[in-house]
Amino acid sequence: MISRFLFKGLQGKIGWVAGAILLLSVLVPFCNLMLPESHLLYVPDYAVSLFGKYLTYALLALALDLVWGYCGILSLGHGAFFALGGYAMGMYLMRQIGPRGVYGDPILPDFMVFLNWSELPWYWWGFDQFWFAALMTLLVPGALAFVFGWFAFRSRVTGVYLSIITQALTFALLLAFFRNDMGFGGNNGLTDFKDILGYSLQTGTTRAGLFAASAIALAVCLMLSSALIRSRLGKVLIAIRESESRARFLGYRVEHVKLFVFVLSAMMAGLAGALYVPQVGIINPGEFAPANSIEVVIWTAIGGRGTLIGPLLGAISVNLGKSWFTAALPDYWLFALGALFVAVTLFLPRGLMGLFSGYSTKSGKSGNPLTRWLPFLASDRTGGKDQ
Amino acid sequence: MFPIRLLLIGALICAALTGQVSAHHEDLQPKIQALAAGSLKDRARTVEALLKTGDSRIIPVLQHLAAGSLYVRKSDGLVVLTHKTGASYDATAPLTGEVTAGLAKRALKKIKANNSLRRRIKKGLSLFALSSPEEDERLAAAQTLLTSKDISILPLLETRLEAEQDEEIRTALLEAKAAMTLQSDASDAEKTAAISILEEMGGRQAMSLLSQVEPLLSKAVKEQVLAAKGRLESERQLWELLQNGWYGLSLGSVLLLASIGLAITFGVMGVINMAHGEMVMIGAYTTYTVQTVIQSVAPGLLEFSLLFALPLAFLAAGSVGFAMERGVIRFLYGRPLETLLATWGISLFLQQAVRTIFGPTNQEVINPSWMSGAIELGGLSLTLNRIWILLFAIAVFAALFLLIKRSHMGLQMRAVTQNRQMASSMGIRTPWVDAFTFALGSGIAGIAGVALSQIGNVSPNLGQTYIIDSFMVVVFGGVGNLWGTLIGALSLGIANKFMEPLAGAVLAKILVLAFIILFIQKRPSGLFALKGRAAQS
Repeated sequence: MISRFLFKGLQGKIGWVAGAILLLSVLVPFCNLMLPESHLLYVPDYAVSLFGKYLTYALLALALDLVWGYCGILSLGHGAFFALGGYAMGMYLMRQIGPRGVYGDPILPDFMVFLNWSELPWYWWGFDQFWFAALMTLLVPGALAFVFGWFAFRSRVTGVYLSIITQALTFALLLAFFRNDMGFGGNNGLTDFKDILGYSLQTGTTRAGLFAASAIALAVCLMLSSALIRSRLGKVLIAIRESESRARFLGYRVEHVKLFVFVLSAMMAGLAGALYVPQVGIINPGEFAPANSIEVVIWTAIGGRGTLIGPLLGAISVNLGKSWFTAALPDYWLFALGALFVAVTLFLPRGLMGLFSGYSTKSGKSGNPLTRWLPFLASDRTGGKDQ
Repeated sequence: MFPIRLLLIGALICAALTGQVSAHHEDLQPKIQALAAGSLKDRARTVEALLKTGDSRIIPVLQHLAAGSLYVRKSDGLVVLTHKTGASYDATAPLTGEVTAGLAKRALKKIKANNSLRRRIKKGLSLFALSSPEEDERLAAAQTLLTSKDISILPLLETRLEAEQDEEIRTALLEAKAAMTLQSDASDAEKTAAISILEEMGGRQAMSLLSQVEPLLSKAVKEQVLAAKGRLESERQLWELLQNGWYGLSLGSVLLLASIGLAITFGVMGVINMAHGEMVMIGAYTTYTVQTVIQSVAPGLLEFSLLFALPLAFLAAGSVGFAMERGVIRFLYGRPLETLLATWGISLFLQQAVRTIFGPTNQEVINPSWMSGAIELGGLSLTLNRIWILLFAIAVFAALFLLIKRSHMGLQMRAVTQNRQMASSMGIRTPWVDAFTFALGSGIAGIAGVALSQIGNVSPNLGQTYIIDSFMVVVFGGVGNLWGTLIGALSLGIANKFMEPLAGAVLAKILVLAFIILFIQKRPSGLFALKGRAAQS
């Protein structure tokens, strides 16, 4: 049944994109590991990690799009779920260091030895097992989203207010994780990881494997989201986005639907964080910074919210731009990002995806050459208005 | 025994008061000369002997010894007081007062003192100061005696008490006497009286004095000490409570300043202005620029630079706000989430602009002298800059309140926010009212920046530190309600500061945030919700 559900998501252009991502998950590691460095199609090591990181960002943007683009809930705290997933993975990786830390304690991570802690706090128990940590990367963000959403949606906190309190949530977590006695490494966070599932994080094979894992996770989540959007539940989601009170009056349990999609989205964000941490090798409280969460929003907005491909496009293109800018013109990146925010909201309310489908909706026929030749790029939904 | 003691005391008093009864030139000179010879231990003994003479002429000698400027003149071996002028030294003979100017350093040999000797000299000299003609000196001397463990000077204190006329100095002497009585072998009744004097004195010092003598006392007195300590402790707690209340008010005033502009742009106009913090930052940087300019043009006016900075900051931030409204925000009315994104973009832009112009580091803003220092009020310590900021916040609030409620512009603002179409039909130019309202809110944020530059770092990230707090205050207080903002800011400030001693600064802040998150669930429209028609929009 689940496979049929997922298969439904494969229909149309989403199938093309998901297929392409899956192909990448094989092709990039192959080009990295098997081809000689002189080969034209050789992918260098740093690029594997970099693009692996972008894929996790794309997954995070997709998660945000699910709640914002399809349900009208603008969360300014999705970075918190991402970071929580990352911390859960980081805790597993810390436990894997074992006696190879600077202080050589077989159980306690270095920072705990440094703080003179004598034993592992209870919330670190079980993180030496991969399956447990993997479960936690989904459950912890999911549980936080459930509790938060339960209160917020039930009392009908919507729109801007919800955005502001999600921002307060991630800010509170930022402050909390900065504290040393929280037991998550304080300011420095968790770092100095050695290996994952027994494979050293330094080798190219592991990196390629992590890239493939990120690509597969993204493709699966994309299919899942697509299936969700095409289902009856998805229609209700869009109905809530368009007019929440009307959906409520029609008899739908708006709170339950919103809660469901919020929790699902938080879990996806947590998964993205878990894949992100081993590839960058560090997780620290800075990931909770409200600015990070807002940046995710702009990826989604630039790509085109209310479409499933838009967020992937936005996340990858903005981060490519960021990588280029911070290397070439480091002082001007924030100018460019700031201008992007303004320009997109003023001139491109439907993002890059809106560019491709813009003509077709206006003139009623498929006049845009891009969408004519590459039909999968056309958005299946236009970005709706806020509340 | 008693008469002899009395005689002794009498002698000591006479010595202390008149100074020169027994000490003649001839007696004193060899004792001073003795300072030059022997080890530090010998010198300590000589100092004791000198102090015992009670001669006021030894005061400068001992002061110079403690300060390290007492030397031996190598040519004749005379101990001299020196005063450095340029590269050479002027030497004064201690008793005759004869001055030899322009001695080279190698013509002199320093008489060294160590810390314990310096302490001894200080304590000894304070006894001299007790009979000084200057009231300030007497008071200071009496106060230093409070911590003295030397109960041998108790009789001297009593005689000084009889002679002393000044009420304040008498109190200080009485307190010192009480502290010593508790350490002496006086009767229990005397000690009881001493305890009540110390209790009346109050404060941390009384507490520690009582704790120190507690083990020496008899059982009956000990109980009284414990009771007095209990009362002192509860008094201290009361002061601490008041102090916390003050800190809370002070934090509340900062929050009020930071959020009051937002109460206009977000609260009244409904624009989610994420660049609000940057308006505060612009105000702070205006202050810095004004100070830099004044410093180079007219350094004499530096004290009043803030007065120049206030209108300029209002104009600078206000015009940026005006440009923002005309350039971006007016296209986004009715799309709050997109306004949020666009203004966030503007905030990034402004931050980077300031970083490019002024550099990424903190800039130093000078505190004028009328804003530095503190006032002691009982057990409270109120720093002046915080008092000014509190007053300033209240003044800004009052001015804004009057502007909105009483002025023509305020009337138009309220009309437009309540019913745009109707206001427009009445001939109000709603686009201009929007622009000026936004400029007003931004300008107020700029003014807040002037005040906040006095208590925090002026850096490109300044705005970021206030933006979340400001939104919390406005949302908590209730959107569209200035009173709500006032009450919200003060209550959040006070709640934060009262939680701090219990939970620590960071945790207190987290708890306040969590509280607001929960509070919004309960009352989505804040403490003071709008009622009637305005609430429906």
